[in-house]
Amino acid sequence: MMDVGIVSYGAYIPRYRITPAEIGRVWGVDGKAMGKGLLIHQKSVPSPDEDVVTIAVEAARGMMARVPEVDPKDIGAVYVGSESHPYAVKPTATIVAEAIRATPAMTAADMEFACKAGTAGIQACMGLVGSGMVKYGVAIGADTSQGAPGDALEYSASAGGAAFLIGSENIIAKINKTMSFTTDTPDFWRREGQSYPSHGGRFTGEPAYFRHITSAAKMMMEEMGTTPEDYKFAIFHQPNGKFPTRVAAQLGFTPEQIEKGLLTPYIGNTYSGAVPLGLASVLDVANPGDRIFVTSYGSGAGSDAFDITVTDAIKDFKRGAAKTVAERMANTVEIDYAKYAVYKEKIVLPE
Amino acid sequence: MSSVAKEWREIPGRYNLEGSKCPCCGKIFFPKRNMCPICRRESLNNMEDHDICRDGTVYSYSIVYDAPSFADKLKPYAVVMVETDDGVKISAQLVDVDIDEVRIGMRVTAVLRKISSDGPGGIIRYGYKFVPLD
Repeated sequence: MMDVGIVSYGAYIPRYRITPAEIGRVWGVDGKAMGKGLLIHQKSVPSPDEDVVTIAVEAARGMMARVPEVDPKDIGAVYVGSESHPYAVKPTATIVAEAIRATPAMTAADMEFACKAGTAGIQACMGLVGSGMVKYGVAIGADTSQGAPGDALEYSASAGGAAFLIGSENIIAKINKTMSFTTDTPDFWRREGQSYPSHGGRFTGEPAYFRHITSAAKMMMEEMGTTPEDYKFAIFHQPNGKFPTRVAAQLGFTPEQIEKGLLTPYIGNTYSGAVPLGLASVLDVANPGDRIFVTSYGSGAGSDAFDITVTDAIKDFKRGAAKTVAERMANTVEIDYAKYAVYKEKIVLPE
Repeated sequence: MSSVAKEWREIPGRYNLEGSKCPCCGKIFFPKRNMCPICRRESLNNMEDHDICRDGTVYSYSIVYDAPSFADKLKPYAVVMVETDDGVKISAQLVDVDIDEVRIGMRVTAVLRKISSDGPGGIIRYGYKFVPLD
């Protein structure tokens, strides 16, 4: 199989924010303490005219702006991973593909695997590019995630996404290897037609998040013959700020290694967008030779691990042609719960 | 409920600001047209597809306080006439902005947003809106 890696990437985070203290105020809970426990200072909220389609399109347009030399007609596959696709039937991916002018000689599909559908898309693109079936593949992870009003998830469920152009030429970051650890573990789910997901409370921790991430991560380091010290950056799935911090320590990674890719404290859990945005944030500052360790997690349950090395091509890469993650995190507007309830359509309006 | 076929026909313009360029005089138009009003017969059915520049400057604006139901959650909001960097005037909503900060001459760029939808079971219309360029 030929070398496969990231040719370009783009990120998008909506402008609005709400704090755990404000959510707690409405539900009679000490939201500040809740936020402190979860390590979440605020979370992003989509505007009423934003959804997974608009987030995915803006991320993908940023990705294309950074590689003006890439002809969008050379994109052979577009996959959008999300658990909040606007349509139950009718792909998000075709809208994104049309908006970046990749149609019509290409394949497309929407993916769903709780919070890891975005990294599953990267793996699918790697297979298609590596086998020579397509020149470029686009993998996007994006969500406008739902948490039931008053539920613990409401303090973290947020919105955002990132897009990756996977190819084999002019790669700014080579994906040395990807491996997954997958089991049937019902820690979190949403049935068809339900507005909000359900979860197993504490069951989402040890047997779910921690078991899958540590297993995939250890499998990867064993296969590559590496230890945590070999990596400059590490990104773990981040449903809150606490879990990735703890799993990193368990595996032997330092707080410095995870800092740049840990966005949840400032934007909340962007679900399928979480690890892709963390990786985008790291690529915003990475230098040639930097090695990046990535492990996503999706409930239900599975983890995708990636071992990535940044190449010399990143020196000539047009990072400045699109907004960085840090720029997307600046100039935010804080809203109260009443506005949040309107924006998230939690108020029943007349038809 | 609007016609799905009509919505579908408008996708190139709504997503990618695809307009027309006159093959004779080079003038560009948005939305698309099949004849240049200056060159007339010479241009008829020969107009070329041309993507309008997404960046531009606010030429004029108005604040809408009494909004149609599909934009109810965003009111009050600004509707702007933007002169794009290639000289075409396009009107659309300006979002992600404090309406007190809207000014003639402000730099903006086109993004894709949800425009409206045919109720909870109908199609969703996506199209261009402007946001401040910073």
